[in-house]
Amino acid sequence: MDSFQFLSLTLDFSTIPIIVQNTQINSDNWIANPGIIGTLILIFIILFVAVFILMAKLNSYVNLIKERQIEKKNLAFNEELLSLQENDIDDILHQRKRGLKYRLKGTELGSDQNALDEKGLIEWATHEPENPLFDEKKKTLLGLETSLALKKVVTYYLGASIFWLVFGTLVGQYVGMKFMWPEMDHFAWLSFGRLRPVHTNAVFWGWASLAMIGLAYFVVARTSNTKIHSYQSAWWTWRLINISVLLGTLSLMSGINNGGGEYREYTWPVMSIFVIGLILTFWNFYKTIASRKIKDIYVSNWYILAALIWTTVLAIIGYMPFFSNGLGETIIQGYYMHQGVGMWFMTFTLGLIYYYLPSSLNKPIYSYSLGVLAFWTQMLFYTMIGTHHFVFSPLPWWLQTTAIVFSAGMFIPVVAGTTNFLMTMRGSWSHISKSYVLPFFLVGVVFYFVGSTQGSVQAFRFTNYVWHFTDFNVAHSHMTMYGIITFILWACIYTILPKLTGKEPPQALVGAHFWMAFIGLFAYMISLMVGGTYKGLSWIEGNAFLNSVILMKPYWLWRAIGGSLMFTSHLIFAYNFYIMVSKRKSVEPIHVSSGEHVNN
Amino acid sequence: MFDFHKNHKVLVITALVGFVTLSFIVAVFPAYQMQNVQPLPQQPEMAQNEREGLNIYIREGCVACHTQQVRNIEMDNIWGDRPSIPSDYFYSKKRMGIWRQSPSLLGSERTGPDLTNIGKRQPSIDWHLLHLYNPRSVVAPSIMPSYPWLFDIVDTTSIKEDDKVVNLPDAFAPSPGKTIVAKKEALQLVAYLKSLQQTTLPDGREEKFIPAIEPKQMAGSKDIDNSSSLNGEQLYLQTCAVCHQDNGKGVAGAFPPLEGSDIVNDKNPELMIKIILQGYDARSEFATMQAFADQLSDAEIAAIATHERISWGNTGSAVTEEEVRKIREYITQDLNP
Repeated sequence: MDSFQFLSLTLDFSTIPIIVQNTQINSDNWIANPGIIGTLILIFIILFVAVFILMAKLNSYVNLIKERQIEKKNLAFNEELLSLQENDIDDILHQRKRGLKYRLKGTELGSDQNALDEKGLIEWATHEPENPLFDEKKKTLLGLETSLALKKVVTYYLGASIFWLVFGTLVGQYVGMKFMWPEMDHFAWLSFGRLRPVHTNAVFWGWASLAMIGLAYFVVARTSNTKIHSYQSAWWTWRLINISVLLGTLSLMSGINNGGGEYREYTWPVMSIFVIGLILTFWNFYKTIASRKIKDIYVSNWYILAALIWTTVLAIIGYMPFFSNGLGETIIQGYYMHQGVGMWFMTFTLGLIYYYLPSSLNKPIYSYSLGVLAFWTQMLFYTMIGTHHFVFSPLPWWLQTTAIVFSAGMFIPVVAGTTNFLMTMRGSWSHISKSYVLPFFLVGVVFYFVGSTQGSVQAFRFTNYVWHFTDFNVAHSHMTMYGIITFILWACIYTILPKLTGKEPPQALVGAHFWMAFIGLFAYMISLMVGGTYKGLSWIEGNAFLNSVILMKPYWLWRAIGGSLMFTSHLIFAYNFYIMVSKRKSVEPIHVSSGEHVNN
Repeated sequence: MFDFHKNHKVLVITALVGFVTLSFIVAVFPAYQMQNVQPLPQQPEMAQNEREGLNIYIREGCVACHTQQVRNIEMDNIWGDRPSIPSDYFYSKKRMGIWRQSPSLLGSERTGPDLTNIGKRQPSIDWHLLHLYNPRSVVAPSIMPSYPWLFDIVDTTSIKEDDKVVNLPDAFAPSPGKTIVAKKEALQLVAYLKSLQQTTLPDGREEKFIPAIEPKQMAGSKDIDNSSSLNGEQLYLQTCAVCHQDNGKGVAGAFPPLEGSDIVNDKNPELMIKIILQGYDARSEFATMQAFADQLSDAEIAAIATHERISWGNTGSAVTEEEVRKIREYITQDLNP
């Protein structure tokens, strides 16, 4: 019974901080004082205000610089005037007089001859703007010279990923609707408990993973200034990952799952197919980077290589049978589900931002060293915090405390990353009105800050007390997996694909994609956060459990509405992708007549 | 030496070693330590059909909505008598064979109630079967999925003696001449759910919940009759409404109505209190009622009984804690003379 005593000891020890904390909070405040709701709202107000202020500040700073420059020019002009010679002044006066007398003859622009475009420069001419409702967006600059083989790999990875995105979110939407209409169908294969992991795993291992790897193939080749080590291996990985997600989906629907741990629902034979794909990809990237034609390893490649190694280790530890009986499994589960997000999706996506964001703005990243700092702190802090999914659970209290402390430590990599990205964008805000690439990046980066910070805050015992087990968790995971990962991946895809294929989707459709996804996510998130908070409060008040089900119903409805918007935006995205890669001649011919193109 | 910018080998090896080291500290080592946990002395081992039930529980993804952990904070005390401890999971969280790992029972969301102690809270097989066939047949606002594939629809004439028939209320009943019979799987799942009961700690040890708030008695702690401060309606909704329904009308064919019931309206509440304390199985047309003597205090029973006797047009008198205490004593003496 040694372990038993040890446990009760830790439990006793644990009571101290909580009680100290609670002496300041009396019960009436807990319930009547909307402090809990207030905390929630405050966090958001602060974050939004912070972002707003930052933008306003940057804007005014830019204006200030502009004003100073104008002032300088004025001064210079004045001095120039003062230093003018008499003769020069006379010349200018004469010129001016002549100018004022000048009258048009009426034949300056035309002639009787026919105009000829001898060199075939003009493709399109019109008297009317193309679409007066939307701002004319900037066209992608020149296409990059990329080998056909690489283009094909990137396109196929993205194509498959988009299939899983549409499939996965269709399932998600269906599952979300079941909260309102639990009797929608009576098929075992379509029941909630079986479809929920189908949704999460399809968007994780199908959509995000394939899209990330596909985008990384371009980054690795480009930043190493060399060609991919083995295209063969790229294709094998493509097949393996798709097969693993397909098999996983079918087995989950038929009721075969690993044990119900989130994101670990695929059984080990299915998951090992996926992991073999990861190992192949790692080796391929590693060999490519090893044969790079420049001295330095660009920071993107740090993140990409590390994500592949870490995730392989993670999957091996996650599926090892030696320490997973009893609560050992729970410790591993916390570690696995958190690192699945942190070491795979987040790390990999950060690597992609470090290449695609500066590339889309055509300027270097703000600070290379901040990127390196964020890299090592990501490894140090993120790894330690898995157990924060099990605060107040029977897991060892020291482990919970470690997780909470290191969750707070996550501020360092998050702030480092966010600063780096925003400072890179600084001075390029005009791109927001020119194209949708920057808005996608901006939303992704802001969510990186807001989502990660909110996650850290949620790990604290106090907030965990209210929000744990409620729908707030679902809101959080969509804020991160969707707000961060998915938005960034879209930004990267819209950055690179037109350059590879030379074809662009109509900006109105990209805009529709952006706004529907963004508004949908917002509705989804806010409804579940508010509902989740009320649910937690209802539990604290000791109401009958059923009350918390009933009170959630309107919020679930709003969630489904948000979800439908998100899903529709994915259909539009899929169509945009089709336009970008279709073999047909591009729908919109490139035209040089617009003044904007000349100016920019 | 550590030129990460130029040397890809060093970079990759450092990232690998760093991550593996941290993983061992924070995951592998603590998880390995957890393998030493022993079961509690009185903790029953799982029977084969309960284990089959657990497999179905995992297969249908019940863990997506139901947790099985009573946290050591006060709001969780409705889900168990004490916070969960690692020993509680000794038998249930074992690896499920070569292909599948140990089931993730603790869960991360409570879209439905926690099930740590459901076997004690709701021991009625009939209730569980109705609830699995269609949750809304017993809990109207429920959003839990139905599990009709755990049941057979058979001709009423072809029912065999050992078939477990599910008597559904009219609104949910199959077409006339047909009857719902529980498959073996449904019975195994219910057996598993019934086995979910917290084991009491040896030597009367108590694991305490961390109070959400400083206990109010701190000012002047004394024992008071707190039946008046208890909310009978809320207790009723928590404990009784799953069967008798929140409107007291019960479920025809399964759970009797309390509205207009003779026992509830009886001037002398003795029989009513006895039924709550000891359970009831006198009427074959209804399912057996469990005993609540171990789950509810005298004050709580008084509050619930009072609520039942004055609600839904019932005309009984209020019940005091004292009355309940007397009857409980009487019963205890009766059982252990």
